[in-house]
Amino acid sequence: MRLYIKLAWRNIWRSKKRTWITASSIAFSVFFACLMQSIQLGSYENMIDNSVRFFTGHIGIHQQDYWDEQILDNSFDQQLINNFDASQSPMVRASPRLNAVALASYKERTKGVALYGVDLELEAKFSFLERKLVSGNYHSPGGILVAQGLSEYLNLSLGDTLVLMSQGYHGVNAAAKYPVTGILKFPILSLNQGAVYLPLSAAQEFLVAPNMITSYSILLDDSEATKIMSSELQPRLSESELQVRTWQEMMPDLVQGIELDYYGGVVMLHILYAVVGFGIFGTFLMMVKERMYEFGVLNAIGMTKGNIQIMVAFEIFMLIFLGVFIGLLAASPVVMCFWQNPIPLTGDAAASLEKFGYEAIVPFALNLKIFYNQGISIFIISILLAIYPMLSIKQLKIIKALKE
Amino acid sequence: MNVIELKNISKIYNPDTIPVRAVNNLSLQIEQGEFTAIVGPSGCGKTTLLNMMGGLDPCTQGSVTISGVAISTLNESELTDFRLKNIGFVFQAYNLIPVLTARENIEFIMVLQKEDPKVIGDRVDNLLKRMGITEQKDRRPSELSGGQQQRVAVARALASHPKFILADEPTANLDSEATAGLLEIMAQMNKDEAVTFVFSTHDQRVIDKAKRVITLNDGAIVSDEIHL
Repeated sequence: MRLYIKLAWRNIWRSKKRTWITASSIAFSVFFACLMQSIQLGSYENMIDNSVRFFTGHIGIHQQDYWDEQILDNSFDQQLINNFDASQSPMVRASPRLNAVALASYKERTKGVALYGVDLELEAKFSFLERKLVSGNYHSPGGILVAQGLSEYLNLSLGDTLVLMSQGYHGVNAAAKYPVTGILKFPILSLNQGAVYLPLSAAQEFLVAPNMITSYSILLDDSEATKIMSSELQPRLSESELQVRTWQEMMPDLVQGIELDYYGGVVMLHILYAVVGFGIFGTFLMMVKERMYEFGVLNAIGMTKGNIQIMVAFEIFMLIFLGVFIGLLAASPVVMCFWQNPIPLTGDAAASLEKFGYEAIVPFALNLKIFYNQGISIFIISILLAIYPMLSIKQLKIIKALKE
Repeated sequence: MNVIELKNISKIYNPDTIPVRAVNNLSLQIEQGEFTAIVGPSGCGKTTLLNMMGGLDPCTQGSVTISGVAISTLNESELTDFRLKNIGFVFQAYNLIPVLTARENIEFIMVLQKEDPKVIGDRVDNLLKRMGITEQKDRRPSELSGGQQQRVAVARALASHPKFILADEPTANLDSEATAGLLEIMAQMNKDEAVTFVFSTHDQRVIDKAKRVITLNDGAIVSDEIHL
């Protein structure tokens, strides 16, 4: 076996140009496959992350009728979830929220808005709300935080007074005015054009719903633990009228959208495999066909075709390994760099993404599975592509080969 | 004792279209220790005859028996193994393995035969010395002259003590000095180790050195002379 490995290793460096071309084509396919997969999964992670942080949490606890009829009367007393310890793994954060719709008015302009009554301390950690502040003060007692798009629509500035009108708990009228103490800029268009945030107690007072919340959102350390955690939580709430829902149950449109896009991405990935695969196949075939004379000599002097195949298999294996290794080596720092610094989009591309409610960035996912899956996939594809050239050695005719 | 026995062998190319009879009903015996040259004009069937003796090309008719084994009865894998253990080949174009050094090329057949490394080492050292290429042992074929490469090829063919060596125009690419040196070595090996050599050649210097000269024409033996 040592002889074949030695021969294979020296053979691949016999034609350095061919070796680097083949290894590069494999490396490029691994590199681009990793990047494509990282962008695809990164965009899903980003969408899910934004959605669960700002809207639902990985797990949401609601009064059992709330999700079907999202009205204030289907809220619940937050005392019911007081025994939850959100610091327990895998629960990393939890945030009580009181959500309602309201009319926001300033001077001659009025607009329907989504009112979020939140614990500002907890929300700063849950949805990083404080980081969205572009002007003003996050913690200003008695004030309201307004999304930037909405403030522009209403021509609101810091210190201006916003009038809110809504229907409170059990149908009471709710109306109040709040000084604008902070402007928030959201990456999600729907939030940026229509969200206002009040401290939870202020929202409960405004909606005449003392101690009531519409949702208790839980963020998990690992989103893949959502279903397990959800089924663990439900029995603990069985005696109350509360219901546990996963983000997948709360946002089926997002799940379907991701699934659809995922298969589109898979098709693109396979097109990449096919394009690069033809190149790799051609090189492997050439690598075998141009050496038929040499194989003829080896066979003549006593090396069986099986042993020649083993030698060539080692060569191909080394080439593939080299290519995959270089590809992974090149892809990992690039993915890591863009994972930390997503590519910001501008112009029409940004506008079209924001129109669909997505953040205008190209996010990357950093997951060992991406490198592992793409490395293994390209490795297997390359091995499959080597089968035909390898089999052609079996068809070798010594005399014909020696005449070449 | 006959090492090679050819009985009424023929080789017909393109039998279904335009048949070309390269070897025509030829019978021949080569005994252990012979130093035989097969000569004749181009296209007379020398190389085809050597290929059939070496089990590289099956004959259309007749039988080839090597040391009592009818090689036409062997399947492809058995035939390859038979060649490995019984026949040494020397080609006109040397055909050394370009990525191996001279020493590794000589070892190659013995390694394929899974010989003991100590035996391989001793044999290779001996051959390198006898071929006069000890100093070149770590050079690759591209770093050797034509004559040196052919010496390595002969050493490779001799290394595993084959029953006989088939050499197809071994001196065709060599200058006079290299040819003389190579012939001297082969003649010495024939004398010392009773190695059987069968050459196909045009080269008068090889013919002069041969103990037996078989002349072919149109695929048939026209003369078979013993040179004393």
